Amino acid sequence: MSGLDRRWIYLAMMLAVALPILWNGVTGKTFPESPTPPSQACFDAIEALPEGSRVLVSFDYDPASEGELAPMATSFMRHLMHKRLKPVVIALWPLGPTKAEETIASVIKTDFPDRVNGKDFVNLGFQTGNEGVLKVIGTDFRKQFPVDRSGTPVDRLPIMEGITKAGDFPLVITISAGYPGGKEWVQYVSSSNPGLVLLAGVTGVQASQVYSYYPGQLRGMLAAIKGAAEYEALVSAAIDGDRVTAPKYTEARRRMAPQLFGHLLLIALIVLGNAMYFAQKRCKAVAP
Amino acid sequence: MSDAITDQAAPAQGRWWIGLFLVIAVLVAIRAGMGEGMGRVYVQTETTRYASTTNEQGRVAWSAVADGTAGAVTIERDLFRTAGQFRAAESAAPGQQAIRVSWDRTIGLWLAAFFTLAVFSFLAGDNPAYKLTESIVIGVSAGYWMVVAFWETLVPKLLANLAPDMVKAWCMPNLEGGAFNPIALIPLGLGIMLLSQLTPLGRHVGRWPLAFVIGTFAGLKMVSHVESDIIEQVRATMLPLVAFEDDGSFAAWASIRNVLIIVGVLCTLAYFVFSVEHKGAVGRAARVGVWFLMITFGSAFGFTVMGRIALLAARFEFLFIDWLWLIDPKGERAMAVVAAATQLVP
Repeated sequence: MSGLDRRWIYLAMMLAVALPILWNGVTGKTFPESPTPPSQACFDAIEALPEGSRVLVSFDYDPASEGELAPMATSFMRHLMHKRLKPVVIALWPLGPTKAEETIASVIKTDFPDRVNGKDFVNLGFQTGNEGVLKVIGTDFRKQFPVDRSGTPVDRLPIMEGITKAGDFPLVITISAGYPGGKEWVQYVSSSNPGLVLLAGVTGVQASQVYSYYPGQLRGMLAAIKGAAEYEALVSAAIDGDRVTAPKYTEARRRMAPQLFGHLLLIALIVLGNAMYFAQKRCKAVAP
Repeated sequence: MSDAITDQAAPAQGRWWIGLFLVIAVLVAIRAGMGEGMGRVYVQTETTRYASTTNEQGRVAWSAVADGTAGAVTIERDLFRTAGQFRAAESAAPGQQAIRVSWDRTIGLWLAAFFTLAVFSFLAGDNPAYKLTESIVIGVSAGYWMVVAFWETLVPKLLANLAPDMVKAWCMPNLEGGAFNPIALIPLGLGIMLLSQLTPLGRHVGRWPLAFVIGTFAGLKMVSHVESDIIEQVRATMLPLVAFEDDGSFAAWASIRNVLIIVGVLCTLAYFVFSVEHKGAVGRAARVGVWFLMITFGSAFGFTVMGRIALLAARFEFLFIDWLWLIDPKGERAMAVVAAATQLVP
């Protein structure tokens, strides 16, 4: 075992991930998902808002984390649109606005074409400054985001009427891949606005750091692709019911089959590796 | 000795890599010749005419206008279309040109596939294809961040405050304010001092802006950390050991969870108390704390594995769906789905 070429492990992992994708592509089947409390809390927080409420959504990721976070962004946007809520999109990562535009094009412009830019949703783009931006929007939102992405002043946008600071939004959602992201939103926005409800969709790497803020400082949390799949299932059940869900809204659940087989392989390898280690140790101990 | 082995192994390894890439190339060529082919990107050109108007505040606004409007400019945008939409358009009007293959985007798709495979090839060993891809990623990232820093920081935050009229005429026609802001000279000066680090004589000058950055950052972090990572976290551990439901009945699971949280926090803290020797009760608590720490590290590792597998799955989906056209989970190449999207086809 100790002499095993590690490339065999890579090959096994490749097959464990690739074959379920092909199986899913041919059959179209996904595993059922039952929501964990953090995912359910995300769903409930959005459901609790009255129609027409404005929601601040921060796209704090780039293409490197798209595999985990884009399905969350799609589900959040679909849920907000279905509930007739009004997302105000910002980004702390330079490529965030592009990701937001992709989500807006895929969800709002395709499935909710009656929604008007500037009135029902808006993309205010990226601002450099990391936690500095969060610190400022806590007291003066327009100082950091004076215009939307196309250059229209926010003073002329109906969706921004009465919004002067981050605390004016009843709900804030961050979809984050690292720094700045979920942790900074808790530290600089949630802590200074006790009544504000903050939800976070985070990558697997970030999840263990952000988990300690749930459920106090973070009302809900989507942890990695598993959280995305659970929330996606909740939103699909609420919107589609018994109807077939459009494939673009099943992206996270499609990625759960590779997860299952990838994890099974990893667990098997860890168990096998440990068994071999203890077996070898015992052999050495009994050898003269 | 080892150099000699490396020298002997190098030609054989080179031949192995060439052989592997040739096998992949042959398989891809076979796939490209089968059925509907693979790896093509379709676009449809959308033409819009825009005219600008300037209001009393001097603000310029561009809006879409009808064809033939004097002074209007034409903007063409290529919008992505699916293979299914292309096939639907072809079946409706053979030889149509509205939806067509975009060769530049198709080349981009094939380059993305090549780079993905090249990065994967590192798992088998270092090789020129991986090195090339790595260099391109680093170069593109550096260039991209330079452009972002220039257009998102230097121009709107610095130049727009120092020379507003020039910036307004040059690249930000809707810039508001418009007055010289002398405070912007401070970051300009600090920036120049920071650049002096590049010269041997100016290294000590570069320490001043660094001190400013570190001091500001420390001040900013201190307050937020105390608030969110100490006070709020301590508050989150002040839990009742015996919990009850809303109707007054005993909540067993909630009680067990609360006990676990409190015991976990106390034992983990005990492990980090180094001023007391880890013997007796403190030692036992510290050993329990180590178990809690190990479980935490294990869960963090599990989450990391989940994240990495998700990213790997996303790359495989790109290869299987967008490049090789092996599967079609979104139904983008199926004619049946296209029927619902015919409004996109002129």
